[in-house]
Amino acid sequence: MDLLGYGAFFLTTALIFSLVTLGLNLQWGLTGLFNVGLAGFVAIGAYTSALLTTPDDAARLGGFGLPILVGWLGAMLVGGIAAAITGIATLRLRSDYLAITTFGVAVVVQLVALNAQKLTGGPFGIGFIPRPFGGLAETPLLFNLSNLAVVSVVTLIVYLALEHLSRSPWGRVLKALREDERAAISLGKSARFYRVQAFAVGGAIMALAGALQAHFTGFIAPDNYLPALTFQVWVMLIVGGSGSNIGAVIGSILVWAIWAGSGALTSVLFSPEQQARAASLQIVAIGVMLCVILLVRPNGLFGDRPWRPRFGKRVRVATGESGTAS
Amino acid sequence: MSDTTAQQRANTLTPVLTARNVVRRFGGLVAVNNVSFEVRSGEILGLIGPNGAGKTTMFDLLAGSILPTSGDILLNGTLVSGEAAHRRIGRGLGRTFQIPRPLPNLTLIENVMLAEQGQAGERLLANFLTPRRVAAEERAAETKAIELLELVTLARLAREPARVLSGGQRKLLELARVMMADPAIILLDEPAAGVNATLLEVIIDRIRDINARGITFLLIEHNIDMVTRLCHRVLVMASGQLLCEGTPDEVARDPRVIEAYLGGAA
Repeated sequence: MDLLGYGAFFLTTALIFSLVTLGLNLQWGLTGLFNVGLAGFVAIGAYTSALLTTPDDAARLGGFGLPILVGWLGAMLVGGIAAAITGIATLRLRSDYLAITTFGVAVVVQLVALNAQKLTGGPFGIGFIPRPFGGLAETPLLFNLSNLAVVSVVTLIVYLALEHLSRSPWGRVLKALREDERAAISLGKSARFYRVQAFAVGGAIMALAGALQAHFTGFIAPDNYLPALTFQVWVMLIVGGSGSNIGAVIGSILVWAIWAGSGALTSVLFSPEQQARAASLQIVAIGVMLCVILLVRPNGLFGDRPWRPRFGKRVRVATGESGTAS
Repeated sequence: MSDTTAQQRANTLTPVLTARNVVRRFGGLVAVNNVSFEVRSGEILGLIGPNGAGKTTMFDLLAGSILPTSGDILLNGTLVSGEAAHRRIGRGLGRTFQIPRPLPNLTLIENVMLAEQGQAGERLLANFLTPRRVAAEERAAETKAIELLELVTLARLAREPARVLSGGQRKLLELARVMMADPAIILLDEPAAGVNATLLEVIIDRIRDINARGITFLLIEHNIDMVTRLCHRVLVMASGQLLCEGTPDEVARDPRVIEAYLGGAA
């Protein structure tokens, strides 16, 4: 029974991660936007929903005691707007410059969360965030299972919507921008307009994930949104396969399993005084996994897009085609 | 050839595309210097000149990839000089690139379907609000795209990613792709470059077929044989300026042209 409860808890967290990864897949996998500041958008979602739904607190702004669903929708809205602003501000930037800028945005968000005590509770974070099915907290198994059900449904909806979009003409334009922006522009597609859209929708999904996580744990603090989160999600996408929505979900579950598994293993293998150091082994485990995947399957498990430069393939195809070119 | 009648027809018709005193500077270099010409409806107009003459810069100006320092560009009588590149195809101007730009990881059919204009499904919410309309438009676009791939002899590769194509096939794919947008005029940048002789005949045939449907062409080309066979009129550029214009034969005999190619101007 404990195992089942832990399984539900584990899967809930993994699915929340997979939501973030799905958002990143829309931005990077489909559109080619290099967002290394995704922790910022997750944080924006978590704080927005927390402020909207927590009971009134004299020490800071709000909370407004609104229903949880309003919090989630508000998180998506604010996250989407924040991402759209970032997208508009970085319209002229590509790849590495965009990466630096998004990283800066994430740092700013995290510092605001840490220091704007009147808004975010500062380093102490926000507690007493209402949890869906909070009444079931007495029976942990039931509580975990009902949370898992909610998160599963949300993930499924987002997954289906993104699948629909990535097969749509809209998704085709995003892929075209990823492959060759000048060609897409010559065919009448406004690169700016679509890039901002992809950034905003991706940011809204990340914010939704942040909100779900906040309501699942009931407590958030600035430490939850350090760059390490961004790193984890990127690994999840690369392992699952950039460009594939199912890859984003499976990759998230797999990487989270390794992360949680190696954490459990170190706590068994090492004495308590060595635990803090042993925790770094988690990052080593993820790094090793990333290397193995990149060596064995450079496109990730389900990737539709070659991750590495395609010189090798091109040369082979060119020579193979020379006979049939006419 | 029936070029004379086609040319007479072209001469009587209104210009599709007009360049008026177009200048483009890059720092101290004047890449295009006060160039004016008209592309008449229904003609195939060649643009030739030695390397560095400013031909591709002229193309980029006409297509809106870069903006002129001064001067006007008119498309079907409308001033478009300052308009963004992505709006020109909606006004009937399509282009291909000197080095083809296929979308390597999209299939050929996706490459072509991308160029369809005014699809509801390219709006995010329409995919959820009016899915039937989006699906119906997609089916229609797919049929049209297959026909165009048949026209350029690539239909059997329709479901393959574009990266498998050879250089010449990429040029054909670009031609099909730009046709998808139903342009009134197509700018072709060196359609013959790097293409083997057999495939070149296919490209020439297709350009003739498409022109017979009433679509105007402006093409940059170094292959003089191709220019002579295809073009009704030819413009010659050298050092950023328009040197002369006329029929392929007239231009080939013009001493200034011979000077530009063989003399020191290049």
